Amino acid sequence: MLDILIARISQGHQTMTYPDGPSPPLPPRFRGLPVLDADKCADGCTLCADVCPTQAITPATAENAAAMPGPLMDLGRCLFCTQCTSICPADAIHFTQNHRLAARRAQHLHISPHQSLPPLEELSGRLKKLLGRSLKIRVVSAGGCNACEADVNVLGTIGWDLQRFGIDFVASPRHADALLLTGALSRNMHMAVRKTWDAMPDPKIAIAVGACAISGGPYAGHPEVLNGAESVLPVDLFIPGCPPHPLTILDGLLRVLGKRIADGQKC
Amino acid sequence: MNRIVSAFPAFTAIGVGRSIPFASVVRSDIAAFQRTLADAMTRGCRLVSLFAMPEPNAPAEMPLTAVAILADDFGSLLYAGRTSIADSYPSMAADFPQVQLFERELAEQCGIIVTGHPWLKPVRFAPRLYSGPDHPSTAPSVCGDMEFYQVKGAEVHEVAVGPVHAGVIEPGHFRFQCHGENIFHLEISLGYQHRGVERAMIGASPARAFSFAQTLCGDTTIGHTTAYCQIIEALSDCRKSARAQSLRGIALELERLANHVGDLGAISGDVGFLPTASFCGRLRGEFLNMTAMLCGNRFGRDMLRPGGVQFDLDRQLTDQLQHRLEKSAAEARQAIELMWNSPSTMARLDDTGRLDPLDAAQLGVVGPMARACNLPRDARHDHPTGIFRFVHIPPATWATGDVFARAFVRWLEIRRSTEFIAGQLAGLPEGDTCSALSALAPDHLAVTLVEGWRGEICHVACTDSAGRLFRYKVVDPSFHNWPAVGMALRGQEISDFPLCNKSFNLSYCGHDL
Repeated sequence: MLDILIARISQGHQTMTYPDGPSPPLPPRFRGLPVLDADKCADGCTLCADVCPTQAITPATAENAAAMPGPLMDLGRCLFCTQCTSICPADAIHFTQNHRLAARRAQHLHISPHQSLPPLEELSGRLKKLLGRSLKIRVVSAGGCNACEADVNVLGTIGWDLQRFGIDFVASPRHADALLLTGALSRNMHMAVRKTWDAMPDPKIAIAVGACAISGGPYAGHPEVLNGAESVLPVDLFIPGCPPHPLTILDGLLRVLGKRIADGQKC
Repeated sequence: MNRIVSAFPAFTAIGVGRSIPFASVVRSDIAAFQRTLADAMTRGCRLVSLFAMPEPNAPAEMPLTAVAILADDFGSLLYAGRTSIADSYPSMAADFPQVQLFERELAEQCGIIVTGHPWLKPVRFAPRLYSGPDHPSTAPSVCGDMEFYQVKGAEVHEVAVGPVHAGVIEPGHFRFQCHGENIFHLEISLGYQHRGVERAMIGASPARAFSFAQTLCGDTTIGHTTAYCQIIEALSDCRKSARAQSLRGIALELERLANHVGDLGAISGDVGFLPTASFCGRLRGEFLNMTAMLCGNRFGRDMLRPGGVQFDLDRQLTDQLQHRLEKSAAEARQAIELMWNSPSTMARLDDTGRLDPLDAAQLGVVGPMARACNLPRDARHDHPTGIFRFVHIPPATWATGDVFARAFVRWLEIRRSTEFIAGQLAGLPEGDTCSALSALAPDHLAVTLVEGWRGEICHVACTDSAGRLFRYKVVDPSFHNWPAVGMALRGQEISDFPLCNKSFNLSYCGHDL
């Protein structure tokens, strides 16, 4: 018993002060929201698009230049890997430290040199009233690599302490307000995901976490998968990444519920 | 390089992390092929991979070729052999249980008629990789829809769990045959995470193949990516710098630390001892954050690349890592020792979920699960590649084979990995981080083994005449180990299932691919 108390004292209080205080430090090499600089793009260069393993980049070509000045990037497909940044001779793409990536619509995730992510709209009306202060989440993993699951799970540890926001993971779909899906939605999980969703009482929302759940990720187009959650459910919140950092996931959840983040600012 | 003399005439010796021309892999008829497999396994070799593929220029009556890779752990050598298959392949599973899942895979992936298999069931409920003669027991069906092993009797009941489980975990179906609280048998049916990776690897571009390698099993990103890089390097005759190998070793052992610390916390949580569970849950994140300091991603995404590593360490970052490692390792030690010093926790771990060493050996169990049954197999020691050829980490073993043993082996490994990383950080060799690659050698076979935190990861690649990936076979340690969970659960109480399962903590996505 004494050992436990000594350990508790020496390990100290570990729950972060975020979102009242500053957000936890991200490593200097962290790859967050990408920024595209079309001015640096050489005419007709498609190197980044050619090398991208998930076809997340649409290059500007002579034909579409009027409609699309510079490359278009789909954060729902992006693995936040280093293929495009290492191949680009002009440093036209770089990943910033910005961890805020969540969006309410899949098309909001299409960014260009002139259009970054729009502000995230919080839930409104009855949904906000019912779920804003208590959100019970049923997590279902369906055809991914378990990295998203791991970083969703981390939010339950003492460092992040998700429960202080009234958000919790529940075992039964009957107790759940939200279905959080990870993975590309394998055909082998189709029935189980459908049944879980159907077993949840209304009102309910669906959250897609990670490139797989948004677009199929690296597995998009495989006959074994259904290319993400939207093929089966209406999705209310998209959190990109491969996997998204826990801070990115938490930020998405807090903003959709309309919680206050940092210096009293609502985002 | 001189040819290594093979101890088995029907098989060709091959070094780990090496490639040889596919034509030099001895081809024998099925009888000689299987005699060699039986002889080698009787003499203590393990089957680390067995798969089939349509060989180019194969005669029409023998369309498929099966390739087997054997590991001789004491001689630190691998052996590759191949045989042509017309339509059927006689099963060896009754005599050698370690082959049973591989044979089911041959049937499911290639439609080979495996004759005499004790129970030829689907492995992943996956569509065929290649067409082949049809066999009724492997026809595609709804995932999990199959006949389960059943115990009959008035008071026997069946408990079905999954694919959706109570926690934030991957999907799988567990079918228990119970008598009251007592488990007679547990059968595990997987495939829910199947996303067609092996099929997509065929002919994949380097960028796509690399992203598949990194997502074979998210929590073992470094382990699987190391194996993939070694395969590509073996096929393109690339020499890595000592610095790159050292950095790879640091990343691999950080992955082991994060997962082992997390597992010990979860085991502690499953028996309701919350101090260790709470502390370790956070500390696991500290080790993941150290990996993120290296490469920007907590799971080590893009740390590696074929030819070396993508990220280097400067003096300042090395100092920071050393400092954080020292601090977190000390905190982990304090948190984990609380558990060893709590008699009520120890009472729950001792003699729970005991895996018989004989069963473990017969099933070909690998990793900490094997070492907890006193089987000292560890690819870092038996088949060293990269930095482990120069720096030796002794395998950690324990003899009791129970939940305690699996936990304690992890603890021993945490200490050894910490020492290893500290040693590497203190004396990082100079040199480049990445070497240039040439084109992949055409018509070659490459094999490698990497000791990931769950155990031995085996990757095998075959290239075609244009040097493209023609077959890429992945064996995650979980593929060997899942059947052992069923054996360990026999005679246990069903209420101990979560604890036992956690002590194995196997991968679903690594198995399902």
